[in-house]
Amino acid sequence: MADQTSVSIRNLDLSFGAVEVLKDLNLDIGAGEFLVLLGSSGCGKSTLLNCIAGLLEINAGQIHINGRNVTWEEPSARGIGMVFQSYALYPQMTVRGNLSFGLRNARVPKAEIARRVKEAAEILQIEPLLDRKPAALSGGQRQRVAIGRALVRHVDVFLFDEPLSNLDAKLRADLRVELKRLHDRLGNTMIYVTHDQIEAMTLADRIAIMRGGRIMQLASPGEIYNRPANRYVADFIGSPSMNFYEGHLTQDAQVFESGDFRVPLAAYPFDSAQPGGRPVTLGIRPEHVLTGPMAKTAPVAMGATVEMVEPMGSDTLVWARVAGLPLRLRMDGQAAVAPGDQLDIGLDLARAALFDAKTELRL
Amino acid sequence: MADLALSGPAGPRPKNRFSRANIFIYGTLLLVSVYYLLPLYVMVVTSLKGMPEIRLGNIFSPPVDITFEPWIKAWSSACTGLNCDGLSRGFWNSVRITIPSVILSIAVASVNGYALANWRFRGADLFFTILIFGAFIPYQVMIWPIVILLREMGLYTTLTGLVLVHTIFGMPILTLLFRNYFTSLPEELFKAARVDGAGFWGIYFRIMLPMSLPIFVVAMILQVTGIWNDFLFGVVYTKPDTYPMTVQLNNIVNSVQGVKEYNVNMAATLLTGLVPLIIYFVSGKLFVRGIAAGAVKG
Repeated sequence: MADQTSVSIRNLDLSFGAVEVLKDLNLDIGAGEFLVLLGSSGCGKSTLLNCIAGLLEINAGQIHINGRNVTWEEPSARGIGMVFQSYALYPQMTVRGNLSFGLRNARVPKAEIARRVKEAAEILQIEPLLDRKPAALSGGQRQRVAIGRALVRHVDVFLFDEPLSNLDAKLRADLRVELKRLHDRLGNTMIYVTHDQIEAMTLADRIAIMRGGRIMQLASPGEIYNRPANRYVADFIGSPSMNFYEGHLTQDAQVFESGDFRVPLAAYPFDSAQPGGRPVTLGIRPEHVLTGPMAKTAPVAMGATVEMVEPMGSDTLVWARVAGLPLRLRMDGQAAVAPGDQLDIGLDLARAALFDAKTELRL
Repeated sequence: MADLALSGPAGPRPKNRFSRANIFIYGTLLLVSVYYLLPLYVMVVTSLKGMPEIRLGNIFSPPVDITFEPWIKAWSSACTGLNCDGLSRGFWNSVRITIPSVILSIAVASVNGYALANWRFRGADLFFTILIFGAFIPYQVMIWPIVILLREMGLYTTLTGLVLVHTIFGMPILTLLFRNYFTSLPEELFKAARVDGAGFWGIYFRIMLPMSLPIFVVAMILQVTGIWNDFLFGVVYTKPDTYPMTVQLNNIVNSVQGVKEYNVNMAATLLTGLVPLIIYFVSGKLFVRGIAAGAVKG
């Protein structure tokens, strides 16, 4: 099961007039995998989802679902179910009518429709709502019905287009957990579009980070967080975002230099041997700056001056300056720091990231 | 604090209802309404008077002796040319023209608008541009070519021919109306229905139509009043037997033989205007809601 491919996209091109939206895109999604398409607005993630659903005609390339070439199939014949951001419930139909609409179109026998509607309603706990109209439902209930509409069709692939974006923060967190449970229970392939990195990190088996119609990195959430493939991904994932320093490698490639800011790279896990003496960018996440007793023993230790403190309860974000350069670091919520304090810090280079200044790729 | 709460409302008193500004505003509005309604008043009053009373020349005075004779005459026995069966013939002609024209034009235009808004087929924009361009061509330019067309089709001077003409001329504005309305409906509904396996007609009848009552009412009012009030096409494409009500009204009012029967003329005019008037009153609320519906999303 796990080795099978559920959705394959080959050399997909799509343009609206002169604007190329997706360029030579390739993507393989395993059966039962939860794949998240993540990116800022306009990166083409929703467009890609619409292409998979068959709601947009592509200019070139092929789409296979479950080993069948569905590039020119109607959306309903592709074995997909889709959940939209605005829920898109048919306003004049009851919840039952909404759930059964697709099955009625497919001329499924009445008894079978009733059985499947009941089953989906049980899974999503919307049985008491079956005879209500969508207008009489709350946002969370509406989104459940929308998921149910995909569920009753017994499809292999679920497509989610920012399904939680219209909900308030608490409900979003609840439904996120519920979606994860649903995936564990059903084992379907799910492709999920979002711009929310928390949703992406918590739900995904793999994340595809997109930008300008291309996939910047396709990897597990851990890999994306710990070993971002390029500067864009490093910057996009993590909140507050990574500290970046423009500088260069020394001739022996052992030290990163940016003015007075010198960082020995002995502990940095280079992908391959690097020639020295060229411009690079060093990235360090705020949570990977060590403080307190840990800082003194760190291989790279230095002093920083606190400029501003943002207490956030569970932890405290500190804006500091080191060797004249700005540095954000995350400390424990109980840490007693005030602007003007001198702080001993250490850098955990094993978890830092170095990028080529020109190609922006990880070294 | 408690003392403050008891000290009553703060700030200056609201202005007097009979302030100079209010009197000026309401006075102006009243004056304009009276001015606007005066002709209607004269018509109603005159239609209820007998001819001797009209000859006295007091057109603003209410009828001394109320009579419905002019209304009856206008409806059933006023003469136009050889026919002396009043406006009733024209009324039924107009009904027979209006109902099929309204149904046909709205049915075709709503499908047009739906296809243009949701199915974005190749060349949709060009098609739409041509259609809208058609809305700006003066009718007069097309009268003669259409006469030839209808003649060649054997439909000249028939009611069917006139229905066809009304349907065609209603197309640009109605298509625009429907396209804009369907565009304002959430696109995701259309996508969801496609994923659910509904086709072109399935989505139209089961998803779009039930959500479109307001715009259908607007289209119906536009078409009923437009076609009912039409004079130009009616006079050009029909013959005396098939004249619509408006043409017949003109012939009654403008007849040159005998005395001018002002009361019958007024009654005939009011009768002709009654249908659009009733439509407005009955569907006024729906009409306003439909006009507003295009503006608000969701």
